Amino acid sequence: MQATIVEAVNDALHEEMDRDDRVVVFGEDVAESGGVFRATDELLEEFGSERVVDTPLSEIAIVGGATGMAMYGYRPVAEIQFSGFLPPAFDQLVTNASRIRWRTRGELTAPMVVRMPYGAGVRALEHHSESLEGAYGHLPGLQVVVPSTPADTKGLLTAAIRDPDPVLFMEPKRIYRSIREEVPEGEYEVPIGEAAVRREGEDLTVVAWGAMMPPTLDAVDDGDVDAEVIDLRTISPLDTETVVESVKKTGRCVVVHEGPRTLGVGSEIVARINDEALMYLESPIERVTGFDTPVPLLSMEDFYFPHPPRILDGIEAALAD
Amino acid sequence: MSDRASDIRAPPAVGDDGGGEVRYLSQSDLEVPTHQIVSPDGSYDDEAIPDLDDEELLDLYRWMVTDRVFSRRMVNIQRRGELGTFGSTRGQEASIIGSAFTLSPDDWLYVGRAWTPMFMRGASMKDMILFWRGIEEGQEAFAKVNAQIAISIGSHLPLVSGIAWGMHLDDADAIATAYLGDGATSTGAAHEGINLASSVGLPALFYCQNNQYAISMPYEKQSGANTIAQKALAYGIDAIRVDGQDVLAVYDAVSSAREKVLEGEPVFVESVTYRLDAHTTSDDPTRYRTDEEVDHWEEHDPIERYREFLKSEGLWSEIDHDAIVEEIDAEFDEALAAANAMEERAVAEMFTHVYDELPPELARQLDEFEELLERRPEMYDFIEQRPKG
Repeated sequence: MQATIVEAVNDALHEEMDRDDRVVVFGEDVAESGGVFRATDELLEEFGSERVVDTPLSEIAIVGGATGMAMYGYRPVAEIQFSGFLPPAFDQLVTNASRIRWRTRGELTAPMVVRMPYGAGVRALEHHSESLEGAYGHLPGLQVVVPSTPADTKGLLTAAIRDPDPVLFMEPKRIYRSIREEVPEGEYEVPIGEAAVRREGEDLTVVAWGAMMPPTLDAVDDGDVDAEVIDLRTISPLDTETVVESVKKTGRCVVVHEGPRTLGVGSEIVARINDEALMYLESPIERVTGFDTPVPLLSMEDFYFPHPPRILDGIEAALAD
Repeated sequence: MSDRASDIRAPPAVGDDGGGEVRYLSQSDLEVPTHQIVSPDGSYDDEAIPDLDDEELLDLYRWMVTDRVFSRRMVNIQRRGELGTFGSTRGQEASIIGSAFTLSPDDWLYVGRAWTPMFMRGASMKDMILFWRGIEEGQEAFAKVNAQIAISIGSHLPLVSGIAWGMHLDDADAIATAYLGDGATSTGAAHEGINLASSVGLPALFYCQNNQYAISMPYEKQSGANTIAQKALAYGIDAIRVDGQDVLAVYDAVSSAREKVLEGEPVFVESVTYRLDAHTTSDDPTRYRTDEEVDHWEEHDPIERYREFLKSEGLWSEIDHDAIVEEIDAEFDEALAAANAMEERAVAEMFTHVYDELPPELARQLDEFEELLERRPEMYDFIEQRPKG
């Protein structure tokens, strides 16, 4: 079937709720209204009010409640309405969800998914534009997944729901409806922890993910560059091998991300290339990222996150030396 | 979908006749009773005694003594350098035992400053020694009896509501219980956890041991609320305030609460008690409270009060106090020996349980570290010799 990213989220939720009675969906405005982006549309009608629940405006309770429910044996899929509202509940990820297995040596686990739209560029108010996957990826025990295509969204969300450990599932809301492609019908799983090579190329490697994928591909096209473009798809655990193997081949690399540069995922990617492929590098690795500022309010947000000309500038710098 | 035209969820407010006067909703108008069965002078009303047989009444005493002896022994071995730290429960025995005695093995339990409930559920003193020694097998053992110790104050209330939510979906004949302290009631997580249980209608029991102090902060500075129990009303759930030095009153209150909770009505219980010892062995309570105050609470010793009750009931003759203490001491000695005999674990222990499967980067870190330890055995000497504490 043809679907957008947000429709793929909805499809995966329908499939998994149908397949497994233990899957329970809850969050703010997810049931009666079907979610502010309609990601949970029609779930209430199909699966009933015990399994599709509108919660109070209460992020700590949503994430902490999901953790407890998962410890008890269910498979909660909790929604945080915008990633900018996760921080109050970050404590529950740090203090509980990410370390239940570790704390009890596997006796208890927290197989849960927290879904949330992230990223700038939708002309929203403050706190609706963050891209903090680097901060969340810093947490041992928490997996962080960021799809960029409808098919991957379905496959990765399915894998996240089935995963025995907690997954933070960050949905690129700027491209929620801008890409429509063929998405497999029925059960479809894409493994967590594996990057995808979107374009094969020889001259340099470009690594991006989530909402940065379309502008990155556009930049490569605009510059007519023979680039290998890697969609990371999972921030934690990071697929080092795919990146390193590509860099060994091309000798040059650009990392593109929306979040702040300092201690961002790009820093880690540079470090891993440094560890395993330093002698293959023909030029310094470029980072094209958001700045170390809060995401600007909507009047200036377009200057904050990378657009194709800025990405192409980074590509040209990496190719120049 | 309901027909919204005939189903108005949010009707406009209808005023009543206040004669034009602004009327406040005020805690000063609240009457918050405190449940008590055996008064401090040992007197009680026969009719008020909970329905427990003699063996159960004697068990309450044995468990309270267990709690006291365990705290004494743990403080002692900590002073000998055999534990990192420890939080004594002395003074809170009635509050801890009376409540935990009501729970069933299928109930889930998240505790703070209440260790003996783990023993009542079948975990061992050895497991608790391991926990305080920072060995993960402790929490693993507690997990096997559906219990955990919460360390980050208040953070466990949303988890308990989540567990209760699972029980609700599962139609389980059990409840989830959070033990918390007076300090925890100031956290956002406690607020959100209780509110979730109330709004969904979950089988969660919130048992607050108000032991008067969050480390050095007395309850009167912790909150402007006269009682903690009254806070429950704001969530639309019922509360009980109980004399936490009276084991029978605690038992009575919590078993009543548990029945209600089983029906999907969360209940909040405030047990008014006192921490006679330090917050942990690292704390010096003389910096923030007077000897007079502590002496006053020493006179309200929960074990003494219960002893008077057992005497009045003619049950004291059934108790050989010294033999009980001796037995618990022996159990502790055995637990300590077993804990001491635990083999040292390999460093892989740190890495193994973070995920179901070790991710490649973590596997790499483990390999590198094991290789380093082999190459530089002085690592072990350094760690052995580093001053601890």
